[in-house]
Amino acid sequence: MHLTSTVKDNAIVVTVVDTRIDAAVAIKFKDSMRDETKEGPDRVILDMSNVDFVDSSGLGAIVAVMKLLKTGQLLELSGLTPTVDKVFRLTRMNSVFAIHLSVEEALASKAA
Amino acid sequence: MQTERLHFPGETMAVRHALENLKAKVIPYLDSAEETSTVEIVLAEVLNNIVEHAYAVEEGWIELQFGKVSNGIEFDIYDEGVPMPDGKPPIPELSSLDVATDDLPEGGFGWFMIHDLTKELTYRRENNKNHLSFRLFVGKHLFAN
Repeated sequence: MHLTSTVKDNAIVVTVVDTRIDAAVAIKFKDSMRDETKEGPDRVILDMSNVDFVDSSGLGAIVAVMKLLKTGQLLELSGLTPTVDKVFRLTRMNSVFAIHLSVEEALASKAA
Repeated sequence: MQTERLHFPGETMAVRHALENLKAKVIPYLDSAEETSTVEIVLAEVLNNIVEHAYAVEEGWIELQFGKVSNGIEFDIYDEGVPMPDGKPPIPELSSLDVATDDLPEGGFGWFMIHDLTKELTYRRENNKNHLSFRLFVGKHLFAN
């Protein structure tokens, strides 16, 4: 599971380089996210614009990541591609996360 | 589309590969990217359930058949793993999402989406095999004049 991260405008932006967050990589994704977010700002923006598929295991891992964050840290999502957006809508998890069209839009908006 | 058949090991990387093969075979018959999403979501959930539950202890193979029917595309999936609990597919309710972060659900999404997106979902245990079948209301032929 390949992630990259940068700190911009008091937010840590984690970009998923892989194209899938599925059953094959869900646990690795969770562990990598824990490493990427253990230090840094309270605002965590997960850039999913490269990800064209998330299954229920991947969705569970994203929820688990939110639970692992330090007190005060908030997970926001950006760049959901069409199939990923559909999974979030079907499971109504789009009501749980702040979701932005892009990292630029996320950074321009105030933290949720 | 003639009935197509894929046969592959019940493990996560083989499922990924099978989903790619399935998409390549089925996309020419689909009407939109939205329909492709539906096919990939449902098949990923069904196949991963087999890997995680039916083949949790002992490994085995999965057979996937699919073909066009008048009201969509029909899928038949066979495995030789353990039977479904209670002899039927689980019907999870979606847990409340209006809860503290620590209480949010991390599972139960898969069957919820399968029930939501499929028609005529049936499960049978036959000849020591699990047989799940369902239809997806997708395909160019549904909209042809």
